[in-house]
Amino acid sequence: MASWRRCLFVAAMMMVVVASADESNSWLSRSGHFRVSYESDLQPIVINRMHSWVLIVADGDGVPVTGATLSIAGGMPAHDHGLPTSPQVTRELGPGRYLLEGLRFHMNGEWQIEIAIEAGELRDVAVIPLQL
Amino acid sequence: MRRMRQLLLLLLIGMAGYFGWMYRPVSPHPWSEADLDTLRSLWFESLPAPPEDLSNAVADDGRAALMGNRLFFDTRMSANGEVSCASCHDPDLEFTDGRHKGRGIGESKRNTRSVVASAYSPWLYWDGRRDSLWSQALSPLEDPNEHGSNRMHIVRFVTTEPTYKSMYAALFGPAPDFADSNRYPSAAAPGNNEELARAWRQMSQQDRQSVNRVFANIGKAIAAYERTLLPERSRFDDYVRAVIDDDRQRQQAVFSNDEVLGLQLFIGAARCTECHNGPLLTNDEFHNTAVLAFPGDLPDRGRIDGVREVIENEFNCLGEYSDDPQHRCPELTFVRTDPELVGAIRTPSLRNLARTGPFMHKGQIDSLAGVLEHYNRAPDAMIGHNEAKPLGLSRPQLRRLEAFLETLAAPSSR
Repeated sequence: MASWRRCLFVAAMMMVVVASADESNSWLSRSGHFRVSYESDLQPIVINRMHSWVLIVADGDGVPVTGATLSIAGGMPAHDHGLPTSPQVTRELGPGRYLLEGLRFHMNGEWQIEIAIEAGELRDVAVIPLQL
Repeated sequence: MRRMRQLLLLLLIGMAGYFGWMYRPVSPHPWSEADLDTLRSLWFESLPAPPEDLSNAVADDGRAALMGNRLFFDTRMSANGEVSCASCHDPDLEFTDGRHKGRGIGESKRNTRSVVASAYSPWLYWDGRRDSLWSQALSPLEDPNEHGSNRMHIVRFVTTEPTYKSMYAALFGPAPDFADSNRYPSAAAPGNNEELARAWRQMSQQDRQSVNRVFANIGKAIAAYERTLLPERSRFDDYVRAVIDDDRQRQQAVFSNDEVLGLQLFIGAARCTECHNGPLLTNDEFHNTAVLAFPGDLPDRGRIDGVREVIENEFNCLGEYSDDPQHRCPELTFVRTDPELVGAIRTPSLRNLARTGPFMHKGQIDSLAGVLEHYNRAPDAMIGHNEAKPLGLSRPQLRRLEAFLETLAAPSSR
């Protein structure tokens, strides 16, 4: 019985850890319609290198959002300038997984990537912060 | 009268105290871990080999570099037989010309940039109006103020001059025969010269393409040579090595206190590395830093015009003269075109800076001290908005920054 309880406790702790890891690597859109995370093909992300991300878009219940239209903006708020390139989502690789190409950052500091998401009737903007 | 004398004495004592304080000896603080990361990122040893140019099949072919080298110094491609690429890109001046603006047949619009390390840049020219070394190399040949020639004359010259003819054939295969003057006039080129443009329009599309193909190949050979012009280690790089090795004695032997303090400002309060970052000390991006217009010129629109031109340029990475069948051109495909680019100018490398004056895109500022003064003040831009903010550095600080910048010169061996 004691070992059962220990197992349950460990399992619960693992769920907490997994859940919090998920929270810290994904961002809820402003009105809460979508949750967005990304995987970069450049690891770690460094300045002055062209690279791509896969954006992972899910709804509030964690279900992948397919067929969405994504457009990208952003920049460095402290410097009052935008992105040095015009990155674009070029295709959906799988359910809720979108290829974002043409990213390059040209300064160290705090960046924000704004992702405008349009899926069916829903429109929302998620902001991913990035410290370089 | 005595009162006046007392006041004057007080003033003198006050001034002596002020200047004494301003110019007091300062010891540099030790480098932090974050500083070390920054120094490493700026270090020559962090510089990789130049990125490959997929649009140029002969980019790294030694025979092409040899041909390009000859073409680079050859004045016979110019309209008056006196201008070569080296007329403005002088090897003794770090491949610049020491002038405010370039001078070929006439005066060009902007300051001559160095060719050294240009293989690393995704964009060429101050406004980035070309996206490869080879397409850039073609542009001065037809600029009326530079070589003042035309592509018909140039392809005929290169494909008939015996040495070039055989070098060309070895690299690209036998060139088309341009002898038939009914099909190929003596002079023709698209562009603003009405006479040349009319002759160009009268040629068949196929003939125009074969001229363009040879013309592009000539640019590719010149680019292969230019890719071999690489930067060299500077005293700054020796200092970084000594810091990484924690060799205090060597650090002191390589850098004076002022130079260390200048470097601390460079990566800190002076905010230089926001744009002058990476081992070439440039982010190769476009920024409006409100440099005044050249006397008598309208303010330079910079990148906003450059980006339009590169998108339309027939020799760009996406065009038919690229050697990459897949046309992988991420820079051009994802290029930004928004109004923030008004008045934006490409960040230059700071390596070997001291030998490349006058400075800025039209040579508006003659001295490094003047450049630092400009960034310290950060005036309002004439067009667009100045991205830089005033720095509020003192005179001694500016002097130390200048001392540091001079350590970026490589011992000349060219």
